[in-house]
Amino acid sequence: MSTFRHTQALADGPIGQPVDRIDGRLKVTGRATYAYEQDEMGPAAYGYILGATIATGRIDDIDTRQAERAPGVLYVMTYRNAPPQPAFGPPLTPTPAEVFTRARPVLATDRIRYYDEPVALVVALTFEAARSAASLIRVRYTAERGDHDLFSRLSEAYTPTRTNAGLQTDSAVGDFDTGFEAAPVKLDVTYYTPYQSHNPMEPHASIASWAGNDLTLYTSAQTLANFRGGLANTLGIPRERIRVVSPYVGGGFGAKLIIHPDAVLAAFAARVLQRPVKVALTRQQMYANAGHRAAMQHQVRLGADSTGKLLAIGYDVWSATSRFEEFCEQTAVFARSLYAAPSRLTRHRLVPVDLNRGEWMRSPGEAPGMLAFESAMDELAERLNQDPIDVRVLNEPEIDPERGVPFATRSLVACMRTGAERFGWNNRNPAPGRVREGRRLIGMGMAAAIRPNYLGASRAQVSMSPTGRVLVRLDMTDIGTGTYTILTQVAAQSLGVPMSSVQVQLGDSRFPQTAGSGGSWGAASAGSAVEDACQRLKQQLIQVAGVPYSDGQAQFAGGRIIASGRSERLTDLMMRAAPTGLQAEGSVGPMGDSYKNYSQHSNGAHFVEVSVDMDTGEIRMRRMLSVIAAGRILNPKTARSQILGGMTWGIGAALMEQTLLDTRHGHFINHDLAEYLIPVNGDIADMDVVFLEEADEKANVLGIKGLGELGVCGAGAAVANAVYNATGIRVREFPLSIDKLLPALAARDW
Amino acid sequence: MQSFSYERAVEPAAAVSAVVAQPQARFISGGTNLLDLMKLGIETPTHLIDVSRLPLAWIEETSDGGLRIGAQVRNSDLAADSRVRNRYPLLAQALLAGASGQIRNKASTAGNLLQRTRCPYFYDPTMACNKRSPGAGCGALHGHNRTNAVLGVSEACIAAHPSDMAVAMTALGARVETIGPSGQTGFIELDELYRLPGDTPHIETQLAHGEMIVAVELPAAPPGRQFYRKVRDRSSYAFALVSVAVAVDVRDGQVRDARIALGGVAPKPWRAKAAEQALIGQPPDAEAFERAAEAALAGAQGHGGNDFKIPLAKRTLRQVLTTAAQQRA
Repeated sequence: MSTFRHTQALADGPIGQPVDRIDGRLKVTGRATYAYEQDEMGPAAYGYILGATIATGRIDDIDTRQAERAPGVLYVMTYRNAPPQPAFGPPLTPTPAEVFTRARPVLATDRIRYYDEPVALVVALTFEAARSAASLIRVRYTAERGDHDLFSRLSEAYTPTRTNAGLQTDSAVGDFDTGFEAAPVKLDVTYYTPYQSHNPMEPHASIASWAGNDLTLYTSAQTLANFRGGLANTLGIPRERIRVVSPYVGGGFGAKLIIHPDAVLAAFAARVLQRPVKVALTRQQMYANAGHRAAMQHQVRLGADSTGKLLAIGYDVWSATSRFEEFCEQTAVFARSLYAAPSRLTRHRLVPVDLNRGEWMRSPGEAPGMLAFESAMDELAERLNQDPIDVRVLNEPEIDPERGVPFATRSLVACMRTGAERFGWNNRNPAPGRVREGRRLIGMGMAAAIRPNYLGASRAQVSMSPTGRVLVRLDMTDIGTGTYTILTQVAAQSLGVPMSSVQVQLGDSRFPQTAGSGGSWGAASAGSAVEDACQRLKQQLIQVAGVPYSDGQAQFAGGRIIASGRSERLTDLMMRAAPTGLQAEGSVGPMGDSYKNYSQHSNGAHFVEVSVDMDTGEIRMRRMLSVIAAGRILNPKTARSQILGGMTWGIGAALMEQTLLDTRHGHFINHDLAEYLIPVNGDIADMDVVFLEEADEKANVLGIKGLGELGVCGAGAAVANAVYNATGIRVREFPLSIDKLLPALAARDW
Repeated sequence: MQSFSYERAVEPAAAVSAVVAQPQARFISGGTNLLDLMKLGIETPTHLIDVSRLPLAWIEETSDGGLRIGAQVRNSDLAADSRVRNRYPLLAQALLAGASGQIRNKASTAGNLLQRTRCPYFYDPTMACNKRSPGAGCGALHGHNRTNAVLGVSEACIAAHPSDMAVAMTALGARVETIGPSGQTGFIELDELYRLPGDTPHIETQLAHGEMIVAVELPAAPPGRQFYRKVRDRSSYAFALVSVAVAVDVRDGQVRDARIALGGVAPKPWRAKAAEQALIGQPPDAEAFERAAEAALAGAQGHGGNDFKIPLAKRTLRQVLTTAAQQRA
């Protein structure tokens, strides 16, 4: 696997260099301390959560006496003795932002809203004692009938007032019905995508420790401010009393943007017991208690003229949503900016189910949406008897087709062309089911990728010690993406010092607040804040340096300040002029006029070759290439890893990933990693990533655009399209498992 | 998990006596299945006898040209043994198709045979399961049963046996050697070791309480070529949807000998003797393979989600037999 890149590193600077992860050695030697392993607060007691065995109803009786008497047990908490909490509010918060910090009471009432909802917390001296005692709790329920199926209940769908991120529920341009009706070539297809679960390697875990009225929560979080806000609202204490610590995070994927029962219960139990308490969700508990992606039905209607020009684009999505807390994944939103067409319609509808809330799961919206939509585009290309790339190029918009504003940058066509050339797309036989190797059918597929580029308000603090050491602090998190590394690169580049002089500290809410890790905005937001702080620090350095540095255009390079043909080592300058050190704070965002006046996205194109066993239907990846245009690439090594991860998510979504809901019980039945399948190394084969670097000054000061989630967008559709090209079989229900492919394979005489 | 006591056995007879003495005692070896089940509260032994260090990790020749495999030979070691690789390639292939490298390094030969059947409803203590609680009902029958069995099942239980190794050994006609509760040596054909669920799905084998497998005997390798083919949802670390173990001898345009076992389709490794009979004496052609596949799945019954396993097993078997015949020719 080799990475070809067009990255142009800035002269003499670390930005653009494939720098190894700064935290890599700590992680592979087991010295990076994750939430459950923190011990600076002293010995912690262990909490174990007992979950409900009904999905809807009430607790009639809960008998904890035996558990309380069990060896090592310190405390058993149920709704009867849990500290008072605010009631869970309405399904939709007044503003989109409040969803991240709303009160999330746990063990607050006798009401059961979803299967495996916590009904008790047992705290004991050991994990084993707590778990064993939990099995002694007897709960009697009155179960009520719940609703769990989506597809049989579409008639109950309602129109939400907004989608996730506050986006418009529906959009319409022109008259879709008329445009579609008049189109000489029509495609009207329905796709299905299943429930999915995030499954970060590190489960949700928290240790709570109180000092008087001050709470420190060691946890696994993507966004510390959300945890502070959510805990403050749930516990009923000021957020200033809460410190959240999360230096290393073993994956988040959107499942750690908000607080979950581990954090709330650890905080309550630690307060009651006056000692630190740690609580982790088990892998099984994560499926019901830590978010999921909802099942969806997608109807894609495409109308084109005989040359392939799209005349009408219609995309309707029906999604399951929790009855008590609405989550409308913005599944159709990307289609508003992807292809040109005069008549357009996108709509989101929700069907309430008695499940826990859905959450933001890697590439919310695009991940399921592009799986369906970009498969449909492949179907349209075939119906038009055109190459899938040609159809997309033909419908490339000049400006954002619904907002009517220009794109800040858009390299979709370049990504497709580059990918086609490098992948050998010309060798693809457009007629499906024609390429054979023994009992295997070989096929190639492609799909486009698009994802909005975001920026979140963030601050950062940069200080320089008298010895020239740079300390960068912000409450940003590194969820495995490489944040420590890229922020070190940004600060070193900006200040003209070696990376070894820079230390980046993250994951502590005592540091300046950032937008955290989510929505692929971490690098842009935190990076811009660090850059701004460095600029301000340099202003201070220039001021204290005096003439001639304060007169003209001072530069910083090689650990020196340079101006008017003179230079001075920063260490000398600090000793001379700032012997107590200097400190500056910088900030960025929120999204301003450049987001209003420009359509901001990153783009890409995925190419896949698969084989399909014509007897068994086993699909195997052979090759995959993704060409990515996402602004400036700070670190092609960590960026490449992000894209590889996204591509792997796409493969998983296309071929195997699904959380199976037993609708009789409202229970996710395949709730462990033996039954919930994600790709293993053997499923991946040969993968490559190419970056087409863009200079995007509309995005932010460094030209960084969202990257991580882009790798997922459309990746699964490229796999599905390759399967179609191999077999001539179009399965419209994901994942494309053997059972779905086999009937059509068996019906053919190969 | 329930509290339990633990002791390490130093010799086989003592291990047997220790389990016999306590009704809730269990043997533990690699622990790759039992520990998971204990954590989930599905297995609740009060006492564990660790047999993993018993001197049963040898592989030796038998007088009839077969191999005697000690119960404590690790799956990885068995797969790597040159005698196994040369004479019983389908066994080596089956072992390497099972679980993950880490699990194979821990898992023992006897433990692999005695792993519990697999079913998501069995593995979730909050769901109904006749295997966990006799009489409680079967959650899988009308639930998600895509991975469940289609042969040898009952209304009480449709769980499938997950072992790959056992399928290969069944095709090879292996038998297990045991030490019984009173210390006597016994032999059980591997095909007879497992019980079908009937209305007692919680009883999975013929072994008495305390009876310990000490070895597996493979008869001399069958003539002809051997294949193990596992079809699964991903390329590693997944249970078989369907697997096929075949040893077939084709000479002079005729199938002289055939051994066939199926995995992933039944509560036990499924020897398909009717399919073998359908092949022997026939020319190795598509028609014979078709008849063999039909015979192998005769009586199979799906429960909705797992209906596809019936055609999948037939097609997989036909493919393997075709490959075997082609390579011979």
